Amino acid sequence: MPTVTIDGRRVTVREGAYVLEAARLAGARIPALCHHEAVEPIGACRLCVVDIWKPGWDADSFRLVASCLYPVEEGLVVHTATPRVMETRRVALDLLLARCPETPLVRDLAREYGIEETTYRKRENPDDCILCGLCTRICDKVGPAAISTQSRGVLREVAPPFFEAPPDCIGCGACAEVCPTGHIKVTEDGFTRTIWGKTFEMLRCPSCGRAYLTRAQAEWMAGRGMPVEPLCDSCKRRRTAEVAASLGRPR
Amino acid sequence: MRLTSRKQYEEFRVRATRRLEGMRCRVLVCTGSGCLAGGAREVAEAVEEGLRERGLLDGRQGVEGKRTGCHGLCEAGPLVSIEPEGILYTRVTPDDVPEILDRTVLGGEVVERLAYEDPRSKNRVVHYRDIPFYKYQTRIATRNVGRVDPHDLEDAIAHGAYAGAVKALFEMTPEQVIDEVARSGLRGRGGAGFHTGRKWAACRRAPGDVKYVICNGDEGDPGAFKDRAIMEGDPHSVLEGMIIGAYAVGAREGFIYVRDEYPPGVLTSLHAALEAAREAGILGRGIFGTGMEFDIRITRGGGAYVCGESSALMRSIEGKVGEPRAKYIHGTERGLYDRPTVLNNVETWAHVGAILTRGGEWFAGMGTPKSKGTKAFSLSGKVRNAGLIELPMGTPLRHILHDIGGGIRGDRPFKAVQTGGPSGGVIPEALLDLPVDYEQLTEHGSMMGSGGMIVMDDRTCMVDVARYFVRFLNEESCGKCVPCREGLLQMLHLLDGLCEGRGRPGDLDRIERLARGMKWGSLCDLGRSAPNPVLSTLRHFREEYEAHLRDGACPAGVCRALTQYEIVPERCDGCHECVEVCPTAAIAGKPKQRHVIDQEKCIACGECFNVCPVDAIRYGPKARPATASAGATT
Ligand SMILES: Cc1cc2nc3c(=O)[nH]c(=O)nc-3n(C[C@H](O)[C@H](O)[C@H](O)COP(=O)(O)O)c2cc1C
Ligand code: SF4
Ligand code: SF4
Ligand code: SF4
Ligand code: FES
Repeated sequence: MPTVTIDGRRVTVREGAYVLEAARLAGARIPALCHHEAVEPIGACRLCVVDIWKPGWDADSFRLVASCLYPVEEGLVVHTATPRVMETRRVALDLLLARCPETPLVRDLAREYGIEETTYRKRENPDDCILCGLCTRICDKVGPAAISTQSRGVLREVAPPFFEAPPDCIGCGACAEVCPTGHIKVTEDGFTRTIWGKTFEMLRCPSCGRAYLTRAQAEWMAGRGMPVEPLCDSCKRRRTAEVAASLGRPR
Repeated sequence: MRLTSRKQYEEFRVRATRRLEGMRCRVLVCTGSGCLAGGAREVAEAVEEGLRERGLLDGRQGVEGKRTGCHGLCEAGPLVSIEPEGILYTRVTPDDVPEILDRTVLGGEVVERLAYEDPRSKNRVVHYRDIPFYKYQTRIATRNVGRVDPHDLEDAIAHGAYAGAVKALFEMTPEQVIDEVARSGLRGRGGAGFHTGRKWAACRRAPGDVKYVICNGDEGDPGAFKDRAIMEGDPHSVLEGMIIGAYAVGAREGFIYVRDEYPPGVLTSLHAALEAAREAGILGRGIFGTGMEFDIRITRGGGAYVCGESSALMRSIEGKVGEPRAKYIHGTERGLYDRPTVLNNVETWAHVGAILTRGGEWFAGMGTPKSKGTKAFSLSGKVRNAGLIELPMGTPLRHILHDIGGGIRGDRPFKAVQTGGPSGGVIPEALLDLPVDYEQLTEHGSMMGSGGMIVMDDRTCMVDVARYFVRFLNEESCGKCVPCREGLLQMLHLLDGLCEGRGRPGDLDRIERLARGMKWGSLCDLGRSAPNPVLSTLRHFREEYEAHLRDGACPAGVCRALTQYEIVPERCDGCHECVEVCPTAAIAGKPKQRHVIDQEKCIACGECFNVCPVDAIRYGPKARPATASAGATT
């Protein structure tokens, strides 16, 4: 297990970890808007930049990298708040604020870095998407890969193929769950769930009666031989607790 | 014909060379894209038809006609050259062909009127060796471009193709090959100038038995054409380089990634070369009868500029979206399909065969201490002899512009040369004696890039130039990461503001700060180098930015929102030339009478200014008294 130095503190992390994980372990505060444990990092928001130094480099030679996908290695020295790091974050946040001037998450983070109003020209008719790509990555990971990013540059956006209701979407809601800004809208009325312009029939939890899973997802999972959870999450938790209690000591 | 041993190759080469040397007269018609656009296909057909009519087509009389790749001097095309005398005919039309055949091919005399006309002295120069454009060049990567028929393997071999590969395969170990390339000092010709030998060595060292070599033929820089010219005109030089590279690193498969928008000629040429090489046993199993197995596939580009970036290119070959990936692990260790991969530019590959044939030391004998050998450039813009050139590293810019390039078109004052493609920078007149190599260009805020060279005259606005490249990059950014995607958009807004007179105090600081953030923060080199065009114009032409911002004036008279053109009545002699060129018919006046520009209609394109023979047209900032005009010639 490699030992690395974060802002002067030595920490030992698991093999294969990225610098962000090590830095957080060491107590550093690093913004990371496109990062999520459940999916592979892509380094899109660039807020998690840090300065690194490797054994063998010239003493004053540092490199700015995205900590969310820079793999740790023995002897790595990391500085999480050098002037260059802070300035890079400030410019990126300032830019994000121009893109999403009304988005609370962005506003709050920008304020933390001393930015109340963006220096740049605000986007007209802004939405809350920061293009972190978490939704598409989680959807790929769940399996359907129903949505993707389309177009390039500033025209880039997350969308289903051909901008129509995504044929492959199973309504699992994972994308909305993971979206840091709440840009993806899900509505439920107890019988159906609507997401990406597509409406799904809900299955009910046999224990509490709550709508907890779309039929499409249950069928999709069954079709792939995945076990479909028969209970909703809270009933499942309660059931587990009861079992644990009956066994005596919860573990 | 299969060449299954070294001996067979050598014998074939001797035969091919003898045949070539036995030729009394070869008529080489350039069918590179520039000449094709000027009608070279019809010229080639006329040559073939003419030879047939004269009973010369079968080559037995020691005469042959060939279609070749780009001769370089695209400006004066369609070009026809006569070998072995080395005569160059320019602006040839099909109607000129009978005369060429009768007088030169059969009669042995020169058709003076078709010879190259020196733009300054107006003298006719007959031979290649006397034309400055060619005289000062040293062609290595482009050694056979324009000299061989890309569809004729025998012709290529007669010109030395595959001699380097044979030497590598039969005389050297892979390590020795890598050493030779390292000794040559060859550095990547596609972008960052990474040491080719070191790259190969890293790939050879990387564990794994499946490895790849890739040729980057994406060449997405607007206006660049040197890689295309090589692939189209001498595809065997690329294949030979890749065979040598594959031998050195231990790859069995190679890919040539060709830009999607390229004309079909490139693909036809490459496919024909691959086919011919396979048939001859130069590709496939048992190359030249050795145990080596290697073949090459062609992949069409993803159609975006960013696909030329190494990680995006590899994803694109894999059939995924061609987007850059953050790579903290080198492609030489985990590249295509996560296997160790060597990716080199077309020109880099084309150098390799020559280096193996003549030795690394020979190559390292040219150039500057850190930049060895020669470099191909696509010379374009306001220079007389636009075209494809190749020069030793360290050649002074002045020599390139004035001697090879023939000076500025229309004898206007030189202002700057833009090098390195869209994310390169400008070099101003004060630095004209700069020896062109990787280090010097970088030191002065530009870069080598893939060898674009756009010459600009005094009628160029540097803020507008920066805006042009930023606009291009803004459209080509993949949009994955924040600093590049949002940064380019905002940079464009800022530059638009300056060019349209909406600049705010502090804009230059805003620009510099944004540029720094993009440089530091962006994920791939597109975003990291995207501020270059702005920073370098700002560095060398800051006063021009300030004029836009402070005075709302465009000193070059280019930014339309800031510029007003008018005719000085006392000077106008009514020649009417401006009326002819004005695209919006904004100029009124009868011949021999004074002319007036209707400011409502004028779009400030400056065409009238460029043509007025008596300097009666001047420009200045809009909506200010004409006496305050900035940069006007009065
Ligand atoms: C946005 C971008 C576009 C690029 N386009 C090209 C290209 O068209 N051709 C090329 O050879 N290299 C291009 N490169 C450089 C490649 O990433 C890579 O460095 C090069 O192909 C390596 O070959 P070399 O070492 O022989 O130069 C590009 C780089 C970036 C960042
Ligand atoms: S709700 Fe649809 S789009 Fe969202 S993650 Fe699930 S399947 Fe993918
Ligand atoms: S919709 Fe949400 S999760 Fe998806 S890219 Fe936009 S901000 Fe990220
Ligand atoms: S720097 Fe630009 S091109 Fe490169 S990954 Fe980021 S957005 Fe895409
Ligand atoms: S969290 Fe690392 S780049 Fe976004």
